[in-house]
Amino acid sequence: MIEFTPRKIQSSFWTILSPIISITITILIGSLIFKILSYPVIESLYQVFVSPFSRPDRIADIFVKACPLIIIGLGLIFCFKANIWNIGAEGQFILGALCAGSFALLFPETKTYTLLFSMFLIGFVGGAIWASIPAILKVRLNVNEILVSLMLVYVAMLFIDFVVRGPLRDPMSFGFPLSKVYPDGAIISKVDFPFIGFLGQFHYGIFIILILCPFIWFFINKTLPGFQIKIFGSSTRASEFAGFNKNKITFYVLLVSGGLSGVAGVIEVSANMGRLQPEVSFGYGFTAIIVAFLGRLNPYGVVIAGIIIATAKLGADNAQMVLGIPKVVTGIFEGMLLFFLLAGETIQKYKISIRKDN
Amino acid sequence: MENLLITILLTSIPILLAGLGELVTEKSGVLNLGVEGMMLCGAVAALGSVLIFGNPYIGILFGAIAGILISTVFSFFTITLMTNQVATGLGLTIFATALTGLIGEPFVGKTAASLPKLEIIFLSDIPYIGKILFSNDILVYFAIFLIFFIHFGFQNTKIGIIIRAVGDNHDSAHSIGYSVKLVRWISTSFGGMCAGMGGAYIPLALTPHWSEGMTAGKGWIALALVVFSSWMPIRLLIGALIFGGITILQFVAQARGWDVPSQFLNMLPYLATILALALISLKLRHNNYAPACLGKHFLGNK
Repeated sequence: MIEFTPRKIQSSFWTILSPIISITITILIGSLIFKILSYPVIESLYQVFVSPFSRPDRIADIFVKACPLIIIGLGLIFCFKANIWNIGAEGQFILGALCAGSFALLFPETKTYTLLFSMFLIGFVGGAIWASIPAILKVRLNVNEILVSLMLVYVAMLFIDFVVRGPLRDPMSFGFPLSKVYPDGAIISKVDFPFIGFLGQFHYGIFIILILCPFIWFFINKTLPGFQIKIFGSSTRASEFAGFNKNKITFYVLLVSGGLSGVAGVIEVSANMGRLQPEVSFGYGFTAIIVAFLGRLNPYGVVIAGIIIATAKLGADNAQMVLGIPKVVTGIFEGMLLFFLLAGETIQKYKISIRKDN
Repeated sequence: MENLLITILLTSIPILLAGLGELVTEKSGVLNLGVEGMMLCGAVAALGSVLIFGNPYIGILFGAIAGILISTVFSFFTITLMTNQVATGLGLTIFATALTGLIGEPFVGKTAASLPKLEIIFLSDIPYIGKILFSNDILVYFAIFLIFFIHFGFQNTKIGIIIRAVGDNHDSAHSIGYSVKLVRWISTSFGGMCAGMGGAYIPLALTPHWSEGMTAGKGWIALALVVFSSWMPIRLLIGALIFGGITILQFVAQARGWDVPSQFLNMLPYLATILALALISLKLRHNNYAPACLGKHFLGNK
């Protein structure tokens, strides 16, 4: 019989080791899956994990792909640290993009920087409002936030679909469900590197991570509200005795997380699409959950995790083109990775020994 | 009118089956958020086996087996390795959505044989209700049987009471000698089987061809219904029928040419779920029917 004894001291070394072990096991089982599906194993792994690094513009595109994942993941840190399960980031992302996009299309004459700045603000508010629905229901009526936030993903998808087919459809789009192209001031431009020029789709929006990441690290580790969130998540009872306001914490972590998802949506659409369309997110909100866990709920960890997952996503695109491996394979890898990361948490928390029965 | 009622009943079957399974799982103290994923596994297994063997009954069998198999992944991680149940359930859905997408790809564009209707002699001739209640396929009868089976099981059988004991106080159940982990493994597998059959029902009776993620949130709605039903099987039936009705409303509205954008009609089941959860929480504010150990780990050392 397997016996679990809680550890008194949890090894911090394991915090770094466990993601590495999890990735290794995932790759091993992944190879097995490739083998079973009779794809060449080494070539498949090369396409998924190495080919995205093969050219400078491809490397730049890793950051482009990682950008929304990291920003959403950074927001999810707040929720998951507080043990609040926001799994509707996908919907908050869509709402952020939709609100900011509508503003840009309705007021195209606004001055360039004012317009972009307002869009960020509106995107944040849009995402936060969408997240405030599960937040209010949770705080007021103790309704399960998991189910409400997820249901709102479907609602958001249908809503943006309605908007781009209806009120905001470009009359010149030949019947395609697309909005008008954003005014120039609403577009986040690509970075023109000195001596090199443009690299892939690398855009200025990515730099926001350089500000967000240290800021969130500081907030969580060095401020009182950050401390309250951590205590609330790890021991609700202790935080109640300390007099922390349970409802306030629940409400604000959801709001911040939703707001950041909204900002991610604004950047994604303004930098890469330049107009609204029925599909603005490609599962970023769900993948970001894996990113947050892989990054061990540490802001810097989330950045690294975002880059790793983005690499695999781009690699999967390449693998599909070169070897015909269906792209959905990445989802299988993501699911497995999450399982092993969670199992790693058990090993961190408990000493496992095998006891002979009698 | 008769046809409409039959359609509502049929539409509610996948949610009902999956919800009944999840109800048993949760009664034992396990919160499996992977219902959506397990339903997809059931759907793809059912469709694939029907395309190979040509017999829709084999499809039910394979759907059930697929549901059990995928639920054992969840049980292994959450019950044996004690991982976080919420995150593992999410992982299960992400994993299963991708896996079924991969497996289902060759089935795109192929049509599976549907479950035949079994008319019960004499009863199906009863005016008005006969056609609605007694002229259906086997899974409808099974689902209705399951409601009463689970209801009486929890009230009157030893196994049912053991499951409830494990879900309400695992330490006490353990101290009088029941294997908490074994009971939870079995209950979770039962939940997997029902979700698998619920998923199987979609290609076998509702839309006979594969599309990626074809459950479209039904697994999540089933989870919400379990909360809505306050863990009571008969209320689950009422909830499932309401959702069947709301889903059908879209088609009625389209057929009648109501001037409402289809997207808003499609939102209704999801909005109704949120509303239902809010209303039930309002009502049950001070009286929580949830199993006391729902979502809690059992160490099992003592």
